[in-house]
Formats: sequence, structure tokens, C-alpha cells
Amino acid sequence: MNKEQFRQQGIEIRKDFPLFNSADVVYLDNAATSQKPECVIQAERDFYEKSNANPLRGLYALAEKATKEYEDARKTVADFIGAADSSEIIFTRNATEGLNLAAYCLSQIMLKEDDEIVVSIMEHHSNLLPWQQAARRTGAVLKFIECSKDGVITDEAFENAITDKTKIVAMTQISNVLGSKNDIKKYASYCHDRGIVFVADGAQSVPHIPVNVQELGVDFLSFSGHKMFAPMGIGVLYGRKSLLEQMPPFLYGGEMIESVTRESAVYAEVPHKFEAGTVNASGAVALAEAIRYINKTGFDVIQEREDYLTKYAFEKMTAVNGVHIIGSPDASSHHGILSFTLDGVHPHDVASILDADNIGVRAGHHCAQPLLAYLGISSSTRVSLAFYNTCEEIDTFVDSLSQIRRQMGYGE
Amino acid sequence: MENKTFYNEVLTDHNLHPGHKHALDDANMILEGVNPSCGDDIFLNLKFEDGVIKDGSFQGDGCAISQASADMMLDLIVGKTKEEALQLADIFLRMIKGEASDDEIDQLEEASVLKDISHMPARVKCAVLGWRTLNEMFKDGK
Repeated sequence: MNKEQFRQQGIEIRKDFPLFNSADVVYLDNAATSQKPECVIQAERDFYEKSNANPLRGLYALAEKATKEYEDARKTVADFIGAADSSEIIFTRNATEGLNLAAYCLSQIMLKEDDEIVVSIMEHHSNLLPWQQAARRTGAVLKFIECSKDGVITDEAFENAITDKTKIVAMTQISNVLGSKNDIKKYASYCHDRGIVFVADGAQSVPHIPVNVQELGVDFLSFSGHKMFAPMGIGVLYGRKSLLEQMPPFLYGGEMIESVTRESAVYAEVPHKFEAGTVNASGAVALAEAIRYINKTGFDVIQEREDYLTKYAFEKMTAVNGVHIIGSPDASSHHGILSFTLDGVHPHDVASILDADNIGVRAGHHCAQPLLAYLGISSSTRVSLAFYNTCEEIDTFVDSLSQIRRQMGYGE
Repeated sequence: MENKTFYNEVLTDHNLHPGHKHALDDANMILEGVNPSCGDDIFLNLKFEDGVIKDGSFQGDGCAISQASADMMLDLIVGKTKEEALQLADIFLRMIKGEASDDEIDQLEEASVLKDISHMPARVKCAVLGWRTLNEMFKDGK
């Protein structure tokens, strides 16, 4: 594909996203949340206009329709990530909730004093704090796998963190700060050989690369709908059925039971055991539509565009005086995520000045303070790309970026 | 382009060449002010005697807005009584909310350049950090 074809393809893709017609923004904060295509917005609307009743409860046709759409969405998700069975898909609010569920419920069946939980230093707080708490509750010890400044976890660093006492390893597939990808297939396999449960955070990977839980061999995978073109408030926790069946419920209440007496209850089968209360059916239906949108677009197109845009942005940014991209010096290791510092200018000022040119980026610690502390910085600015971004947007961003030091009085 | 006016010469000059960013050996009042979400972290040091702020400085790290605002605040309050300083803090904090009169804002001299920060809600806490710390320092009625 030549540059003009790439440009035309971008124009066509952007027509699917109503926000780009109404908001004058160069949106480069896709790792925080993605924009939503018209078909997804319509799917959520359709549910309320045509199918709305409380799923899994009512004994009438409309409620059965709502239930079917909700359960069909579960099947769509299961197929999308290669789960063996739909019942291994638990709908959550977001990746954070899924990781909390996994940490809380797993800790109850498999952690005791002096056991070890292992996470990587590059985890988002959502895959760190639930394990800190699990360790605190059970007396287990939380250990870290270190990475290099380039964002690489070596086999040696990984194996050094694992001992005979390790019960759970939790690791992100793609870092939300560095963009680096961890070989979780290799690590999950290593863990399984030793009876260790492997939990993967797929928040930054599932929207961008094909992820198949059976191929990867992970026991759990948590991700958010809103980062993959679906609405906010719907997420997924995949769990291996044999483990889900052993785990106690997370939340207690309506629609997660078989029977209840004054003193006790028998809980529903998975996955409903983990979905107490009225579910986010419209969100699930819209997530299924987002998955169909991704499938129709194709990961080949998504990856080709994102890889190209990442390389394009990386090269232009590194040419700006004072810009330092954090992590790998190789653009292909960044997966659309380019965190950077600008000499002499605080990231919040960088973001505010870019905002004056209608460019939306993230600035701060990116909910990964231990990683930033390890890297020796307190905050950074982050550009994160999606397949609907364009080279022209990156040009606008880099033009604005290259004015900042001068504007802040550095006389360039 | 509206908020580009924020990073004007006055603000960037206070950020790059702060007159009051240094240690203060004879300070008798020191308080740390932090914005946990963005990492702005300053120490406000005052030499307070006979009801008057005789000298003052700040140290720490943060964005240009937090640093310049603290520096401009010290320009204003050194030499003032506690009551006068708190009155200025009150005007500043009301200015940020869009509740101060033009006459009041004039009293803030260079610090009035931060008037329009109310259009950038995410940055308000950066602008008020120094002033909030000053308020807290004196709130025990010292």
C-alpha cells in the first residue's frame, strides 16, 4: 500500500466514527479509551429500543429476547478470544474489575501465608493493587519481575522471580506505558509446568492484536470493552472453567444463586455465579457488535495501520529537539504507545499546550507509578494510536510538539 | 488557541527564572504542599516575625503553572502581614473560581495572569497549590 492509499483508507475508516465528524480533535489517547463506531452506538441503542427487559429473569418473550442477545454476546466474545466454552466468559465493568475478581476469588482458594504472588514491574495499578491486597489478606508475599529500561523482561529475570512457593503470576501482555509486549505464551507454559496459575491483563493487547486464550495457555485474561470500540462499563474476564468452578463468588445478590434459605445459599453455575445483580446487557450487545466491527475490519488491517503509524510517529518525534521516547529504541516494539519526556517541560504543560492545538494526549504517571519510579521519572506524556489515526494527525501533533520548548522560553 | 495565552512571558519567566526558588535557612514556618494526582510537590518556607512575612521561598518540583504561581505569590506576600497575605490568598482563590472583581484582581499584580485558568479545570489545582499551602500554614491561627 502506498502513502496515498493509506491516506484514503484512513478517510474511509474515519467515516465509521461519528465523533470525528463533530469534534475538532486530534485524538491520540487511545490507550485510555477508543472512539466508538456508529454500528456500536446503534447496537446499544437498538437494545433499549427493541429488546429491553431484565435478562435471565423474566418468563416472557421480551425478557427471553434480552437474555438471548446477552448470551449471544457472550458466545461472540468466547469465539473472539478462542475460549473453549462460553461459560468461561464473565462480563464485568472493565479490566480492573476482572482483575479484582480474579485476585480476590483466587486468593481464597489458593493462597496461604508465605505463598508467593509474582507480578511484573510494568503492571498498571489495576494488575498490582488487587494482588497487594490479596497478599495482605492472606499473608502471601508479592514479588516483582524486573524489566530492562527498554521494557524487556528477560527469561532470567522471569525465572529469578519464580520459586517453589509461587502460586500465581499476573502479567500484562502489552505495557500501557512502554508499549512493549510480553511473551505470555512462554511464561504461561513455564507456569503450568509448575502448577502456577497465570493471569494476563489484556487491556492494551486485545484491541490491537489477535489474542487466543487457548493458544496462549493463560488461565485468566481480563480486558475492557471501551478500549476496543465498545461502550464504557462493559468488560470481560476469561477464566479457565475448572478454576472458576472452584472459586467462591465475588459479589453476592440477585441472579447468582440456585436457591437461598435464611442461613445459606447454593450458587448458580459459572458464569452466572460471578454476575450478581442486573447485568449490563446493552453493553454486552454493543461489545459483540464492536467485535464484529473488528472482525470485519480485520486484525491484518488494524495491525498494518497501527504499525505504520507507530513507526511514522516514532521517527518524527525522535527528530524533535529535547524529546526522549521511553522504552525500546525500536518503533516496532511500541505497539502504538509512545510515552516521552521533553527536556525542561513538565508533561502536564506539554499536554496543556498540545490541547491548545486541539490535540488530546495523556500526561501523568499512567497508573503505573512503580514502573515510572524504576525508570527514574515521576511522569511522562503519552501518545497512543489506533488504526483510525492518520499521518496528517501525527504531523499536526509533531508540529505542535516542536514549538513547545520555544514557547516555554527556551529560545529555540 | 485560547489557553496558549497561559504560557505567556510572565508565566514562563517565573518558571524558568524563579526569584524565590531556593532554601531559606532562617525560615520558621515550613509546609509541604502536594498534588498527588499530578506529582506537583513544593515546600513553602517563610520567615514570619512580629506578624509580618519577612522573607519567603519555595522548593520542589512541578509543572510550570504550579512553579510560576508559587513564585508570583511570594513576590506578593513577602513584606505583608499575615492578614494581608491571607486576604490576597482569598482573592486569588476566588479569582480562579471567577468570583473576584477587577479591582481585587488588580491587587494580585502579575499573579492575575492566571485568571483564565478556570477555563482549564484540570490545571486549577496546579495554580492554587502555593496559595493553598499558604492558607494551610496559617490556619492554626499562628
